[in-house]
Amino acid sequence: MSFIPAPISRFFHRTASPPHFYALANRFIPWLTVLFLLLLIPGLYGGLIMAPTDYQQGDSYRIIYIHVPAAWMSLFIYVLMAVMGGIALIWRMKLAEVMLISSAPIGAGFTFIALVTGSLWGKPMWGTWWVWDARLTSELILLFLYLGVISLHGAIEDKRNAARAVSILALVGVVNIPIIHYSVEWWNTLHQGPTVSKMDKPSIHISMLIPLLLMAVAFKVYYAIALLQAAKLELLKRESSAQWVKNLLEKTV
Amino acid sequence: MKPHRKQRLILIGLMLIGIGLAATFALKAFNENLMYFFSTTDVAEGKAPKDALFRLGGMVVKGSVERPSEDLLVRFKLSDFSKEVTVEYSGILPDLFREGQGIVAKGRLDNRGVFVAEEVLAKHDENYMPPEVADSLKKPAEAE
Amino acid sequence: MTLGSFLDMGGYAFYVWTSYGITTAVLLFNLLAPIVQRKQLLRQLALKQKRPQR
Repeated sequence: MSFIPAPISRFFHRTASPPHFYALANRFIPWLTVLFLLLLIPGLYGGLIMAPTDYQQGDSYRIIYIHVPAAWMSLFIYVLMAVMGGIALIWRMKLAEVMLISSAPIGAGFTFIALVTGSLWGKPMWGTWWVWDARLTSELILLFLYLGVISLHGAIEDKRNAARAVSILALVGVVNIPIIHYSVEWWNTLHQGPTVSKMDKPSIHISMLIPLLLMAVAFKVYYAIALLQAAKLELLKRESSAQWVKNLLEKTV
Repeated sequence: MKPHRKQRLILIGLMLIGIGLAATFALKAFNENLMYFFSTTDVAEGKAPKDALFRLGGMVVKGSVERPSEDLLVRFKLSDFSKEVTVEYSGILPDLFREGQGIVAKGRLDNRGVFVAEEVLAKHDENYMPPEVADSLKKPAEAE
Repeated sequence: MTLGSFLDMGGYAFYVWTSYGITTAVLLFNLLAPIVQRKQLLRQLALKQKRPQR
């Protein structure tokens, strides 16, 4: 018995089959690239040129347009990886394994960006490159979790076993996500509280907020593109002796 | 859902609950250590460590910043809106240091009860706006 | 606004432009590395397919 209707389940199985997914990715990537540029260019123009100077921080606050979207992505991608890990463990779905491991370097990249740009912002404003407060420390642990996923996957020869181990690590590490998010509220930290997600009153002027949201969506689309590229590679690696890869090679050679 | 899948789902659910509980207890146990700084009330109540380095956070009291000599020494009061602590520091202050600004200072209390800082960091707030807007927000507050 | 003042970022040029530079480098690497590796892999697989008896 299943509570998922048969047509939907059929749709998922078809989309999740490697050759179908590979073709679908190829079809989507150009469109996603156009969308990415349509978001990125006004986002950067708005953030670096149009948005006014901040009353306290001068122009140094413009780092927000990459720091905050990158930090959001670092959390978002990890949660997705944990979900993929759950799907991979329960349904043994190959595509979920591929998506999980393909996401890890992209998430690690965003975490690294959030840490480095935060440091470059902290030096002129706070007066220090780094402090061991709860927010910064938990974000650093997130980077180690990503690197752990990547190296664990690399260390296990059999890729199906590797995927299982990595799924469990991704699920275990997900407890760190609410800790990062609420760290600035649970403990006193040098890092300031949330700006955008707090509901009561706007903490950021609308002319500064719009480019921030554009950049946030642009980074999401970037993730989709980078993920599809990485997933195509991972699928080819795993299925290099499958018939659909042979057909693909005949077509291209 | 097939029974073995349901079993795995339950297993994963239990695992997550277990890890969540363990993390909650661990964080509760280390709660004090995770605080980045003590408040000025903590110092007034004697909760802050004596003869040891610690961090003190608070807002620079308006009109309290003074430079008693020619060198870099700065003296100011920190407040958390209930208790005040006097801080002395000589060194380079961060760009954001000003009256009314939240800061975190690292140092120790001397026998006068003055906090002698070795390092001063600015803690900026989560508000971002152009200077004109900040000015127009300030005016009604000052008129009162 | 002049180009000079734009590049100067109110005196924070080093911090702002280093941030944007590092971000660009990381994002480009994560996008291009799988494309390059896939091309290499496809080339290898195509070679193998031409000589299946090896």
